[in-house]
Amino acid sequence: MSVSVQTEDFDVGAEIAALSAGRTEIGAVATFTGLVRSDNDGNSVSAMTLEHYPGMTEKALEEIVAEARGRWRVDAVKVIHRHGRLEPGDRIVFVGVAGAHRGEAFAACEFIMDYLKTRAPFWKKEETPEGSRWVDARDSDDSAAARWEDIEARR
Amino acid sequence: MTVRILYFAALRDAVGLSDESMALPSGVGTIGELQCFLADRGGDWAVLSPGRNVRAARNQRMVQSGETVAPGDEVAFFPPVTGG
Repeated sequence: MSVSVQTEDFDVGAEIAALSAGRTEIGAVATFTGLVRSDNDGNSVSAMTLEHYPGMTEKALEEIVAEARGRWRVDAVKVIHRHGRLEPGDRIVFVGVAGAHRGEAFAACEFIMDYLKTRAPFWKKEETPEGSRWVDARDSDDSAAARWEDIEARR
Repeated sequence: MTVRILYFAALRDAVGLSDESMALPSGVGTIGELQCFLADRGGDWAVLSPGRNVRAARNQRMVQSGETVAPGDEVAFFPPVTGG
């Protein structure tokens, strides 16, 4: 499966190896790993809980991967997103893309992250010294995703 | 026409409900109309008022407010997403 939504941690090295295992036509593996930060907007964060919409989450991620595959020639894609309670330093998300050349692998990896940020139904609740609070969406995430629409329109 | 409605994250906390089944009254045929109908329950339901930052999904796909609702649909309302 190219998409996994799970509570368990993942092994980045094993995931990278799996993306090109037995495929000598692959010349590039681009990856992104997202971690829980101990600071958000000046507030110290002791932990966060990620909620998601079971069923829709997997579909949304599959669609994003399919869209990336439609835009760039890539040979293998893996997306892992954790949910549940996580602490600073914990891995949250992994995106790995393998292809013949780095350009397409880099672009597809960044595209998947940008779309995931605005389209995959996850919500973060942070624990801070002042209590717990839901994280607000960032406008910068919308603009990061929107620039790919502009690129598509210019094609 | 009966639909199942789900609420997530801050929106669920605000209305105090994670899901419900509802027979839609006549005149409620789109996601936007359903959202307005729910907001009209008053009190905490004002979080669903038009102009609030609410996203919607129909049958687990993100949709706009003009989307038509059909019998048996699973409709969800939630805040803008914050994963990644």
